[in-house]
Order: sequence, then C-alpha cells, then structure tokens
Amino acid sequence: MYLRSPKNHNYYKTIFMKILVCISHVPDTTSKINFTDGDTRFDTNGVQFVINPNDEFGLTRAMWFKEKQGAAVHVVNVGGPETEPTLRKALAIGADEAIRVNINPTDGYSVAKQLANVVKEGGYDLVIAGRESIDYNGGMVPGMLAKMTGANFVNTCINLEVEGNNVTAIREIDGGKETLSTSLPLVIGGQKGLVQESDLRIPNMRGIMQARSKPLHVKEPVDANTKTQSASFEKPAPKGAVKLVDNVDDLINLLHNEAKVI
Amino acid sequence: MSILVYTESEDGKFKKIAFEAVSYAKGIADMMETSVTAVTINGGDTSELGNYGADKVLEVSNEKLTQFNAEAYADTVAQAAKNEGAGIVVLTSSANSKFMAPLVAVNLEAGYVPNVTELPVSSSPFKVKHTVFTNKAFSTTEINTDVKVVGLAKNAFGLKENGTAASSESFAPQLNDGDFSVEVVSVDKATDKVTIADAEIVVSGGRGLKGPENWGMIESLAETLGAATACSKPVSDMGWRPHSEHVGQTGKPVASNLYIAIGISGAIQHLAGINSSKVKVVINSDAEAPFFKAADYGIVGDAFEVVPQLNEKLKEFKAQNA
Repeated sequence: MYLRSPKNHNYYKTIFMKILVCISHVPDTTSKINFTDGDTRFDTNGVQFVINPNDEFGLTRAMWFKEKQGAAVHVVNVGGPETEPTLRKALAIGADEAIRVNINPTDGYSVAKQLANVVKEGGYDLVIAGRESIDYNGGMVPGMLAKMTGANFVNTCINLEVEGNNVTAIREIDGGKETLSTSLPLVIGGQKGLVQESDLRIPNMRGIMQARSKPLHVKEPVDANTKTQSASFEKPAPKGAVKLVDNVDDLINLLHNEAKVI
Repeated sequence: MSILVYTESEDGKFKKIAFEAVSYAKGIADMMETSVTAVTINGGDTSELGNYGADKVLEVSNEKLTQFNAEAYADTVAQAAKNEGAGIVVLTSSANSKFMAPLVAVNLEAGYVPNVTELPVSSSPFKVKHTVFTNKAFSTTEINTDVKVVGLAKNAFGLKENGTAASSESFAPQLNDGDFSVEVVSVDKATDKVTIADAEIVVSGGRGLKGPENWGMIESLAETLGAATACSKPVSDMGWRPHSEHVGQTGKPVASNLYIAIGISGAIQHLAGINSSKVKVVINSDAEAPFFKAADYGIVGDAFEVVPQLNEKLKEFKAQNA
C-alpha cells in the first residue's frame, strides 16, 4: 500500500488499495452442455464464453472501489490464450491491468496455487473472486487461496465495505445473512448482492478502445500438483414426459399416491 | 483410516443434514471396512448420531465456537481428522460447510470434491460422482491424495438408520487468535420461516404473477405445505422479492423433494438451478412454456384460479390426512 498525496482528499480512504479480481472464463449461462472425446472433455464447439457471473458482480464492485476510493484493480485468469478476450472484456469494463497465468486449469487446488503466487508477487490487499464458477461449481478456489496466502476469508459475500484496513462484510447464510468484521488482507467469494444486476456494465466503445492498450501480462505457471482429476462426464438421464392434469384434485392425488411427496 | 464426518448443529440440536452426512459416511465405511467418527461442535444428543451409524463421537465444547467461524471450525475438523488418522472427511453442502471445506482441504493437503451425489463409484482409486455445470451434467472425479474431502450434495443420499451405539469422548482443538480474525457482528435470520436450503417443499413464483402484490397466494400455499418460498431471476431483479429467494444458476440451487413452479416459463438457467429437485410441478397458462418439458406434473391454467383452488383442496387433504 502506498500513501497518497495529502492534496488528494479522498472522502472514503486515504490509502491506496490494490485489488485483484479473479476471472473465470466460463460457458454462457444459456449454453447447451455436451461432452466429447468419449465423454472425457467438455465440448466447446459453438459455445460462447463469458466472465463468470459471480466474478462479474465482484469486478463491478471493484470498479466502485476504484472510482470512489482510488483503488487499483487488476484482473487475473488461469488459462490458455483463448481466455484473453474474456480478460480484455474485464479491461474494457474498467480494470487497469490483466494477468493470464499460462496453463490450462486442471483442478481447484492447482488454480488456487497459481493464484497464490500472483497474489504474493503482486502484494494485493483484497482479492475478489466469485463464490463458484458456473462450469465446474467447485466453490473452492477463493477459500484455498485465502488459506494459502494467510489472508482472511469471507464466502458468499453480498456486501463489502473497506475503510483503511478495516472491513465490514455481509455474507449470505442458509435462511438469512450475517454481518462480519475483519481486516485486510482479505479474499472474498462473492456473488450477486455485491452489486445489483442493474449495476453491471456493458463495455462502451471508449472502454473497448482503451482496453486494447492496457497491459495484459502473460505469466508462466509455478509447479502445482493436482489433487483431483476428472475421469468422465455424463448427462442426466432423459426424463419422461410431463403428466398434464386439468384439475387440482388429480394433482393432489398424484403427488400423494404416485410421487409420494405430500 | 476411519471416516470423519462433521455433524452440523444449531442451538444445541443436530440438523437433518448432519444425520444425512453420517448415513453417507457409514455407507463409505461399509465399502472400505472401517469405522465412522463424527465430530460435533457444541452439538446435540450424540446418541442420535449412533442411530445413523457413527461409531464414535468427538464432542467439542467451547464457548468461543458458539457462533460459526469458518477458520476455527475448519481447524477443529482438520485437527480431529489428524487425531483420528481419518482417510476421508465428509462435509455437506450447507453454506457453512462450503465456507469451511476449502480451508479444511488445504490444512490436510487433501483433494476436495463438492456436490457429491452418491456413494463412491470405487474406493481404490477413490472416485466420486458429483454434479457440474449447475446440475446440467455429472462428473466422475478421482481424488488422488492420501486424505480426501467430500461434500455431500443436498438431499441426495437420504437418511439411513443403522443403530450403532456410539461411544463419545471430548475433544479440545488447539485454536489460536488467527482463527478468530473474522468476527460475527450480527446475524439476521428469520426463525419462523422454512429456508430454501432446508425445505422439503419449495413453492416458487415467476413473472406470470404480474406483481409483488400477488404473492399472498404463494405464501399461503407455502404455509399450507410447510414449504419455503422462492422466485425466478426476473422477479428478484425487478425487486418484487428479495435476492435471497432467487433460485437458478446464479441464485440458489434447490434440491427439495417437491418444487412447485407458478408462472415461471422455465429458462435454461432456472431449470439448471432446480434440476436436483426430485418432483417438479408447473402451473402456467402458456402450454408452450419450456418448463412443461422439465416437469413431472403440470396444469395448463391461470395461476390466479388454480393456486387458490389448490391451496383450499390441500388444506382439506391435510386435515383428512393429519
């Protein structure tokens, strides 16, 4: 952290916070999911890739910290060159710099290990990740990263305020929410609530043009063992046709006697 | 090489998922011919855990752990696992479990797989089946570390009574100040409502209900069924209902026994989120709504007529079957 010039009065914060937003490159939420190579690999054919929605809420919150508190915002992805358009989009939304760790992600543990190295080298105060990626739903990278770097950790984070070193966060719990107090350095697993859906930004032409000249650093990976390995994929068995009924008595009867759920 | 299972409790009583997790741990223990050790933190009556197959219970009783704290709870579970020489640690899919699981895994240098839906496909190599792509697919994944952490998916395995007499001993984890650097300031939780996470039945409303003022009939139907209320994404985006009710790919997953969708068309993202529910019912005036392809039972009709009728008839049904 650097002290800012005393002339630059910032209402919210007088020190400069360095934020890293972890960006997962995932299939668009409308994608049809298919597998190839004998059901051992996700079929990317015809699939549109986007910023993982949980990460996009976090990125948008990071923009707020940048604009209101003068934070620097870097984004990072662990993946091959094909993920660069997703990182450019994050730059177009307003991130200052991007980092791509040049290795195909294999499991959550090894991705967390790569990110831990980026965090240590970059000296980030706050790491914003999504609570899970919508492809493999591991939900483990933020927590593992926090543990590996010795940072505090808040999962399913729906509100985040930072003042100096002090953090107030709200996390979603089953059936409610919990307000937490902690300090930087911090990793969060974020989700909708950090900002609202209507706060999300579509990059404008100016942003897209600027993004072209912003730095995108390609970083070689560190050694990291994988601890889990996906062996095969399958799709759920096709289900039978819906049984249509035209009155509620029949429905209650079926739910009671056939489905046995009431 | 026993199986360690963390059994979650609230206000000194075990949650249903604790019993489900023990049932699952017992299933693995039988496959691998070993025993089940449960660890509880300020938990309930330990004999209840024996009913589902725990051979031994490590009871942690510590005032500092009255409120959930991910780091401290993760340290407790990891230390219990080391103490027992456990080869497999079983967690669940509750918000707290998912919060602490990655911390436990790093502590034990263990591979971790969440959202596991059934007993391991094989024990050596250790392979488990779990949901991926928000329930649009399954993956069979091998965990290749000595210690393994698995998170059981919601409502996937069920309760299996085994009737073991569990021995119990107290366990005192070594905790340090660093375990308490995230502090709970306040908890805001409706205690009188069924949560989506715990609900056996979920009643969910969509844009077809036309406005937040029409949610009375949804809540009333949910009350009759003892169900949780939920909603589709557009409904939460428009602010008709709180975000905490949004179910779907970017909202909450639902794995209830019965999911009733009212006035929800069934976008692919919504269907992904509710796919793990066992029985799905749709009520929609549009017979072409995609939800009819995903549902088990359906009524093509006006929700404003069907729902109050259904509620009345269900009340009669409940009175007769009480």
